[in-house]
Amino acid sequence: MKKMERTGSPAITVSNLVKRFEDVTAVDGLSFEVEAGEIFGLLGPNGAGKSTTINVLCGLLEPTSGDAVVLGYDVVSEATHIKERIGVCPQEPAFYSHLTGRENIDLIADLHLIPREEGRRRTDALIDLVGLGEASSRRVGKYSGGMIRRTSLAMALVNEPELAFLDEPTVGMDPQSRRATWDLIRSLQGRGSTVILTTHYIEEAEALADRVGIIDRGRLIALDTPGSLMREHGAGNLEEVFIELTGRRIREEV
Amino acid sequence: MRMRSQRIRALTVKDLKRVIREPANLFMVIIFPVVLTMAFGAAFGGFGSDGGASTYTVGLVDLDASSNHGFADAFIDGIEATGILVVEEYADNASAHDDLLQGAIDAIVGLPEDFGDSVESFLLHPDDPSQWVNTTIGLAVDQGSMIVGAVVPPMIERVLSTILFGEEAMNMALPLELGAPAQVASSHLTQFDYMVPGMFAYSAIFTAMLVAQAFSTEREQGLLRRISLTPTSSSEVIMSQVVTNLILGVSQVVVVYGTSVLMGFRPQAAAPGVVFAMVIVLFLVLCNVGFGLITASLVKTSGGATGLSFLFILPQMLLGTFVPASPGLAKFVPSYYVTDALTSLFLRGAPLSSPMIMMDLLIVAVVGLVTVVVGIAVFQRYGRG
Repeated sequence: MKKMERTGSPAITVSNLVKRFEDVTAVDGLSFEVEAGEIFGLLGPNGAGKSTTINVLCGLLEPTSGDAVVLGYDVVSEATHIKERIGVCPQEPAFYSHLTGRENIDLIADLHLIPREEGRRRTDALIDLVGLGEASSRRVGKYSGGMIRRTSLAMALVNEPELAFLDEPTVGMDPQSRRATWDLIRSLQGRGSTVILTTHYIEEAEALADRVGIIDRGRLIALDTPGSLMREHGAGNLEEVFIELTGRRIREEV
Repeated sequence: MRMRSQRIRALTVKDLKRVIREPANLFMVIIFPVVLTMAFGAAFGGFGSDGGASTYTVGLVDLDASSNHGFADAFIDGIEATGILVVEEYADNASAHDDLLQGAIDAIVGLPEDFGDSVESFLLHPDDPSQWVNTTIGLAVDQGSMIVGAVVPPMIERVLSTILFGEEAMNMALPLELGAPAQVASSHLTQFDYMVPGMFAYSAIFTAMLVAQAFSTEREQGLLRRISLTPTSSSEVIMSQVVTNLILGVSQVVVVYGTSVLMGFRPQAAAPGVVFAMVIVLFLVLCNVGFGLITASLVKTSGGATGLSFLFILPQMLLGTFVPASPGLAKFVPSYYVTDALTSLFLRGAPLSSPMIMMDLLIVAVVGLVTVVVGIAVFQRYGRG
């Protein structure tokens, strides 16, 4: 695992982050910190601003105002340094359908300038880890939704990122694959990586996240450990916490 | 940011695999130029046809100085009477040879000074060869046309026999013999020969569509976004497209050249011509990469990009390839200069150092470089999102 070049600081620091698209405010004054080595869950309905927040933190979108520092680098002026150190599993997996699963993973390894031998070794290991097996030699265009999601996860992890953004990583997976992915995420944390996890699945956030930030309409409305949030709101699960805070269910808006 | 060769190589390999693995791309890049060249070769070339000719022009050099010139006149009339051979008379061998070299005529028949005497000697003493005046009729044919070589000598022989024996030609010794046909390399060209230089340009101009499709499709499918989640710069992505299309451009030149030679194309310059064709076509490819980038910046869907790319393809196709067009308008499209240079090189036999060819190369190079730079700037400003 690569060492963080700027140690002793949080993995992510977000201060009064705002992102507007013309007259729509997707992210509205967000502030939070994520500690290094933490699994941080971002919970909220579709359109809450989770993916926009991640896109800003990855350096894909420039914030309208506010600051964000990732792994010690400013998201606007030092985005390339951030991209060298992160892995992203996007909500909508993007892959080259004319390439095999293995070739897609190898491509991302090459783009991260991982030496070819080392890249191929990591690809082999990830293919085993996500359970692609023999299918890795078939073109991705013929994959099922779950296999595509697992390939996307392997693509995100091939550079052994210090910080992994996993945007709905288990959507479309069968229960067995989902459990395997949970184990993989825990193993990332075990190796020292920080993980930002967005999910619609309440049980996923409860099972994996050290802390959860609940976002609604671009605002952070709660931030704590799952247990503390449930205790504070007298709720049996995070869904009830969300209802308590907003009067709506998360899944209804999915 | 510094461009890294590992990234450019990886992206180039990815794009080349798309061409090889996706039938539509493979058809457009390789199969289409082959099919087009074969179709035009079959329709307008010398392969399997006579290139459209139904008569053959024979240059006749009449040097007969004998007192019996009527035999020569009868011989000439006999050639005309075949209905297939058309006589064009020349005062001397040199001018007839010049025209044969230029492809203006298909063969030369040279009547010797003693032609009339020879015929008369045979008619007076048909059974006494010691009385014959022996002589030879000169014959030269275009070596590039198998049909001329096969058709003209026997017909001339037939006319000669008729002069000597009437309609009942006989197989016997004669005082007159037809000389072995001299094989003369002429610049007799088929319509296909004139089309081939334009075909090199024709294949390359579709690069505009391939590039526009590639970028707009990758943008639609979120692939450009996926790449930009890595430290890869947009310059590296664009450079990989440039490299990919240059490789495809070289492949197209080889494929078009090979196919056109198989279909009967006879270039004046072979190896140096092919190398030059690759160089000038690569600049045209560069130019069309620029057009493709501009197209992908102007429209956001792959379907729209395909349609709009014809805004750049059609003028180049209609004004600068093998379609006859007004030279005035043609000078505004880069493909014209490629076709012009290759025509001079392949058909007119101009040397590579010819000022006209160098000027064509310079124009295509400058336009190619400027267009690709403009294309990159436009795409980075408007095309990535």
